[in-house]
Amino acid sequence: MHWSLIIYAGIITFITRFSMIFLLKKDILNSKAKKILSFVPAAIFPAIIFPPIFLDSAGSIDLENNPKILAAIFAIIVGYLSKNIVATIFAGLISYWFLIFFYF
Amino acid sequence: MNNKLKTLTKGIIDVSPLMIPVVPFGIIYGVIGMDLGIGPYMTLGLSVIIFGGASQIILLQLFSGGVSSLVILSSVGAVNARHVLYGAVLSEHLSNLRFSWKIILSYVMTDQAFAVSNDYFKKNNKNNNQHYHLLGSGFTCWTIWQISTILGIVLGSVVPEELGLSFTISLTFLALLIGDFRKFKNIIVMLVSGLVATIGYNTIPFKAYIIVAALTALIFAALLTLIDLEKK
Repeated sequence: MHWSLIIYAGIITFITRFSMIFLLKKDILNSKAKKILSFVPAAIFPAIIFPPIFLDSAGSIDLENNPKILAAIFAIIVGYLSKNIVATIFAGLISYWFLIFFYF
Repeated sequence: MNNKLKTLTKGIIDVSPLMIPVVPFGIIYGVIGMDLGIGPYMTLGLSVIIFGGASQIILLQLFSGGVSSLVILSSVGAVNARHVLYGAVLSEHLSNLRFSWKIILSYVMTDQAFAVSNDYFKKNNKNNNQHYHLLGSGFTCWTIWQISTILGIVLGSVVPEELGLSFTISLTFLALLIGDFRKFKNIIVMLVSGLVATIGYNTIPFKAYIIVAALTALIFAALLTLIDLEKK
């Protein structure tokens, strides 16, 4: 690998982060655009969340032999009730370990 | 404690629980780099220069697969394209800052830092030093990522895969969405994003499934918003 490849990749990544912060001026976005942008976390995070949960190591959808789905549902319930980030993470993690050690 | 330091500390505290899975993730990244034989300096160099976990691992995977540089760079761009949307969301709060601030804050803007600081900005719009929150959350991510990369380089594989690391990453992002679980429109947007990403994971080229899923979900968000506005 050449350092140049790393530097190009670094520049590209930096541009993705910097472009909008640099280009958009205050109040350039109307209230409608702001309303739509408020959905950004809801639009991006599930795309990070879903594939590792539903896909097996071969990349096909696994609904049956899959403790991660049950653990994620448990985490969602705990998150819904507690509204607490740390409790949600640990509820999912502990239930996942419990499931793989005892059932799967 | 003055307001700047207080806000900075709040950023560090808010992002800290999200760093739990970052440590094993960074260690695994360091191990992959060493296993592929690019050496300690380049392995750490990627973490410092790119500073984007998923894109670093994809870069290494593609490189070891003998893929051309153009495809590697396109994939890095596609994986990191979501940051453009984060920037658009945060720009409202950062647009009055000096150029040097914008550069520093852009460099440390990760998923986790965006999530906690965006929440803080929304709730503390009157704080003139609110950008210190992003500085704190971003540099916490940066420091943890560099340290765990070094741990991976030095220690080698100490994290057993059975513990479900990729699942822990899913869980942190899931935990970041708990505020949205009560909103019907957000649930629809989340489901669209998740379904498109799961179906597109193997079919969309350049690992662009995240940004494709995000944009599809945002189109739904736009439609739902417009329908809502018409009703009023």
